[in-house]
Amino acid sequence: MPADTEVQPLVEMRGITIRFPGVLALDGVDFTLRPGEVHSLMGENGAGKSTLIKALTGVYAIDAGEIVVAGERRTFSSAADAQAAGISTVYQEVNLCTNLSVGENVMLGHEVRRGAGIDWKATHAAAARHLDSLGLALDTRSMLASCSIAIQQLVAISRAMVLDAKVLILDEPTSSLDRGEVEQLFGVIRDLRDKGVAILFVSHFLEQVYEISDRITVLRNGTLVGEHPIAELPRDALVTKMIGRELEDLATIASSSHREIDRTGTPVVKATGLGRRGVLEPADLEVYEGEVVGLAGLLGSGRTELVRLLYGADRPDDGAVEVHGRPARLHQPRHAIEHRIALSSENRREEGVVADLTVAENIVLGMQARQGWLRKIPKKDQDAVVQEYIEALGVRPANPNALVGNLSGGNQQKVLLARWLATAPELLVLDEPTRGIDVGAKADIQKKVAELSAQGLAVIFISSELEEVLRLAQRVVVLRDRRKIGELDSAETDLDGLIAYIANEGEGSAA
Amino acid sequence: MTAIYKHRLFWPLVSLLTLIVINFIARPQFLKITVRDGELYGPLISILRESAPLMLVALGMTIVIATRGIDLSVGAIMAVSGAVALTIIDGASDPSNMGTVTIAIVVAILVSLVLGVWNGFLVSVVGIQPIIATLVLMLAGRGVALLITGGFITTVNSDPFSFIASGYVIGLPFAFLIGVVAIVVLSIVERRTALGVLTEAVGINPEASRLAGVRSRGIIWGAYIMSGTLAGVAGLIYASNIKAADANAAGVFIELYAILAVVLGGTSLNGGKFSIAGTVIGVLIIQTLDSTILFLGVKSAQSPVFFAVVVVVVVIVQSARLRDGLAAMSGRLRARRESAQDRDKVEVA
Amino acid sequence: MAATTMARAPRGTAERKPSAVQTFLSRHGGMMPTFAAALILVLLFIGAEAFLRGDFITPRNISALLLDNAYLLVLAVGMTFVILTGGIDLSVGSVMAFTGILGAKMLGAGVPALVAVPVMLLGGAAIGLMIGILVQYFGVQPFIASLAGLFLGRGLAYIVSLSSIKVENDAVLWLQSTRIKLGDWYLTPTGIIALATVAIAAFVLHLTRFGRTIYAIGGNEQSARLMGLKVGRTKIAAYVISGSCAGLAGLILTAYSGAGYPRNGIGTELDAISAVVIGGTLLTGGRGYVVGSMIGVFVYGTIKTIINYMGAEQSWMQIIVGALLLLFIVVQRAIVARSEGRR
Repeated sequence: MPADTEVQPLVEMRGITIRFPGVLALDGVDFTLRPGEVHSLMGENGAGKSTLIKALTGVYAIDAGEIVVAGERRTFSSAADAQAAGISTVYQEVNLCTNLSVGENVMLGHEVRRGAGIDWKATHAAAARHLDSLGLALDTRSMLASCSIAIQQLVAISRAMVLDAKVLILDEPTSSLDRGEVEQLFGVIRDLRDKGVAILFVSHFLEQVYEISDRITVLRNGTLVGEHPIAELPRDALVTKMIGRELEDLATIASSSHREIDRTGTPVVKATGLGRRGVLEPADLEVYEGEVVGLAGLLGSGRTELVRLLYGADRPDDGAVEVHGRPARLHQPRHAIEHRIALSSENRREEGVVADLTVAENIVLGMQARQGWLRKIPKKDQDAVVQEYIEALGVRPANPNALVGNLSGGNQQKVLLARWLATAPELLVLDEPTRGIDVGAKADIQKKVAELSAQGLAVIFISSELEEVLRLAQRVVVLRDRRKIGELDSAETDLDGLIAYIANEGEGSAA
Repeated sequence: MTAIYKHRLFWPLVSLLTLIVINFIARPQFLKITVRDGELYGPLISILRESAPLMLVALGMTIVIATRGIDLSVGAIMAVSGAVALTIIDGASDPSNMGTVTIAIVVAILVSLVLGVWNGFLVSVVGIQPIIATLVLMLAGRGVALLITGGFITTVNSDPFSFIASGYVIGLPFAFLIGVVAIVVLSIVERRTALGVLTEAVGINPEASRLAGVRSRGIIWGAYIMSGTLAGVAGLIYASNIKAADANAAGVFIELYAILAVVLGGTSLNGGKFSIAGTVIGVLIIQTLDSTILFLGVKSAQSPVFFAVVVVVVVIVQSARLRDGLAAMSGRLRARRESAQDRDKVEVA
Repeated sequence: MAATTMARAPRGTAERKPSAVQTFLSRHGGMMPTFAAALILVLLFIGAEAFLRGDFITPRNISALLLDNAYLLVLAVGMTFVILTGGIDLSVGSVMAFTGILGAKMLGAGVPALVAVPVMLLGGAAIGLMIGILVQYFGVQPFIASLAGLFLGRGLAYIVSLSSIKVENDAVLWLQSTRIKLGDWYLTPTGIIALATVAIAAFVLHLTRFGRTIYAIGGNEQSARLMGLKVGRTKIAAYVISGSCAGLAGLILTAYSGAGYPRNGIGTELDAISAVVIGGTLLTGGRGYVVGSMIGVFVYGTIKTIINYMGAEQSWMQIIVGALLLLFIVVQRAIVARSEGRR
């Protein structure tokens, strides 16, 4: 039910300009949000999506332009200010208090009071009403910490409804949800839209954007590219608008990846019956020289868990690992590194980069850790390695002394890749190396992986974006519900086939 | 010029020099150094000599803080170390026997090392927050020291032992030289090897470091062992100075002064990047300030008020708010600071 | 639909009915440490009673427990507010000494109690305010900011007087000497003040928006801010409350000992923190109960009494409290690890 352009807009942002030291983050951007529509804000990293949202919610002050909400010119000085005006935001990392009950999180600051104190019974009843209106039947007195992230997100939306939000901003709400949870969320979103709430939706998942949106606004490099009704903007056109160029590179990757792998010799790494109670049922996995093995499955299917057990990040309680045919005991990551296995974690910020160290220190960290603290790698050798990888991977800025925390996500990912390549691994495990980074960096990283595997490196590649898995891998291992359910030859399957396999194989029931 | 101004040791050094200049103006003899029997004396030399225990403790604290930890137990370890050494010397037939004193010192340092192992175990293996893990020993340690001394202040007359605090070697106070040796050894261990940068990595992001193959547990554990051992040596110097083991008074508040010295030296309590030179300057600032306050005729007991003022001034000067406020009074800065906080989130932009 | 994300049968919200135990745990898991503290207290009583042949659980002893630890109870209440926000207040022992000696000096100079007592409370509140402002507006770590408060309080105490000052004011001494008797049981006004402090704190923390904001800040300060709660003033208020409690404790201790003494309360902040932690409040903030802190203080006081009874050295007190602290921390860690594992 696309909203009518003639409807009086709820939010009008005109000529919004925001300048950060040395950067023009937003340059005269217009944005209009109408009641009863789901409006997606699209753009690469650094396009200005978050900045625009923060301008609207009062987190950033604007340098030029005006914000009109419900026909009234407004300047918000804080998120609380914007909330009071009916603009609520639900972030990716749910901003609630997990130490409090579900009901309290919904009602915090708006508890029902009787006399001097809070009337908890009435407060929980009110919370239950709000949750119920979104189709959620939860125990309002249970701790929020005991709920899944998906439920927490829905609780956050309920909270926005308590605040009587006219505008609901959903910033990457689906990145950690599985399909069923996304459906539940979308049901709630459609419901709210039909009640006349204006919804601003931001997501990296194109399919979801097309599934839920009525209208799309595209930003690039801080400027407005255009606003389009969803029906008038096909996907390829959207991507072209977002990145400003065609993606011809990726096709060449696919063709180079689909080659025959010699699986007659000894695998580089072979895991047999690797498992841990409550985490992963025992699974087998082998990777040969020059092979890219993709792991596919839902979030929580066991794909991350499998590689963490292999790498020694978590301790397996079952199974054995062989490296080049010889048994290896990998109880700690450093044991794996000694056996020339490297793992780049899915959680770049918390398990990857060391933010306050420089690019150079981050790159050298893996090598140095393997050498031990007593044998410091000479400065000259460090500089050579760092320079080599900054150039080879195109890290920007190409300054070895820049703090990694100041780099964009894509460049941080490149630094991590450099750290692992510098340890000269024979098996490289990449868990979601392309999540949350811009399209250009995604292509760079995929190209590098294809190139390295062609030179003989064994790779395990995990990604939620199945196209990437199919593009890079020769063999895809599929997991579901903490169990390996099978292997596919990527030359013999396509996206639909893989999805169907993930959803149905071995169960016979439709998803 | 701006490079010097921005160097993180700039402000600590300026503070120290200012203090010295103020002292010099107030009492010109402050900078005077006299030579007697080939040994140096003077207010500055006294400051260097008296700073030794705090120096040792603060050096250990620097490394612990770099791992994102804190060691509240150093004062208690000092008390235990002094109690152990003096009880051994007191119990020996000849307190001045060199062998007895050596044994006493070695045992006291070993006991301190074991206490450091205990702290490190609680933090790195059991996974207890450092502030609490070391609070346990901070409380219990003094009790242990009291038990060792039987609740009394054990006094001894032992020339070899007294030498630690009041002796002179190559014209300089022995205690000061112990401090210098500690600084040099620690600097070499941390910076000539990769231990320093690995410690910083662990302090900034423990999990990422572990996954990168760093022996996080060993590094954290080692930091507490180092801190405990250095505190033990500090306890010996303290006991040697007063020629007694006073379990109640030894090292009281030293953990707080040590933390203050580390912070004054520009190392953040959030862990990560640390500066040994900064800590040395921080210790000297505290010791000079202490000497200044005493010179001004303030009762030693009242001096904490001045330290409170110093802490407040230093933290306000270091705080982002003041710097921003001085730079300009505009809304843009609020945004900039927030953008710095949200840096990692902005990547989704 | 060619979805890149993948399908899974929608997870219904109406899963199998959770058992009563599960419901209880998902609702009240956070109370377990406090229950554990209460259990320890009961065990201590039973153990002491058995060990001391029925001579321990007497009305006199239990009444004295409250009387002897009233000042610590008040400090622990204030500390609970601060720790719940995720902060810490190291200044309370010194502030208590400062306000105590300040009050003694004023009363000695003939200032009426009606003026002296409010000045004591305000003095504590002022130092708390300073700490709160440093923490909130200058981004100073609570540890360091309250360290400044510790130094300030201690130094000011010595500036007021270097030696102890006897108090002869009747109104203040009345707080201590009055015994409201019920059989062999008794309550002093200081005890009533302490219990009233607990009751008011419990009300504020559980039944007011201010109190809930304290918990929200401790749970996730960033979230609390984005939820539109008044984070800044609430955090400052927590330190002001702690400072005021320290001022009140100064009054109670002065009444209790009949004198102000600048060396009072050295290390008392550690006792207060220990009591709060033993009572089940997490030092990371957001979880805990003021009633738990009261139990923690009683555990502390009971151990002290038992040691006195046994005629053991006071140094054992420090060792036992240290050991108990360790025990509780390990237990808490296990509980937290479990609740995280359940997710």
